[in-house]
Amino acid sequence: MEISWRHDVDQVLKDAKAQDKPVLLDFSAAPM
Amino acid sequence: MHVREQAADFQRFGERYGAQWTPTILELDPQGAEQHRVEGFLETNDFLAQLTLGLGKTAFKAKRWQDAEKRFREVVDRYPSSDAAAEALYWAGVSRYKASGDATALADTAAAFGKRYRDSPWAKKSSIWKA
Repeated sequence: MEISWRHDVDQVLKDAKAQDKPVLLDFSAAPM
Repeated sequence: MHVREQAADFQRFGERYGAQWTPTILELDPQGAEQHRVEGFLETNDFLAQLTLGLGKTAFKAKRWQDAEKRFREVVDRYPSSDAAAEALYWAGVSRYKASGDATALADTAAAFGKRYRDSPWAKKSSIWKA
């Protein structure tokens, strides 16, 4: 399972709808 | 979204989806509706099992029964010792029943719980299906 992480959440949600793909939304406080 | 690196997004989407703790991972369907939630740290296999369980739930809610069953069986087969496995076994049986209308799918699931995950809440929930 490969996950392509992106940071532009609004665009991700638009793309998911257009491409009929699910989304993982990660709320993180992990050290950067 | 990182709590500090993307603070504005974190607050906005945190409020939209009711995410008030980290780590929280939401599986959304293509319409942006939450299908599954993972809160707290998990080891790799438990995490992957939860993600696969979420894909199964997404398929189930879309009434794609065969795809849902495939995802749920994948959790049981690939991550049998994960916390998600018992729940996945339960929903695999339900998905098969939904696809076929054959109640033996439920009886078979109850029988399967007699062999594994016997102490799980999902075994109790399936006990009503025993033949």
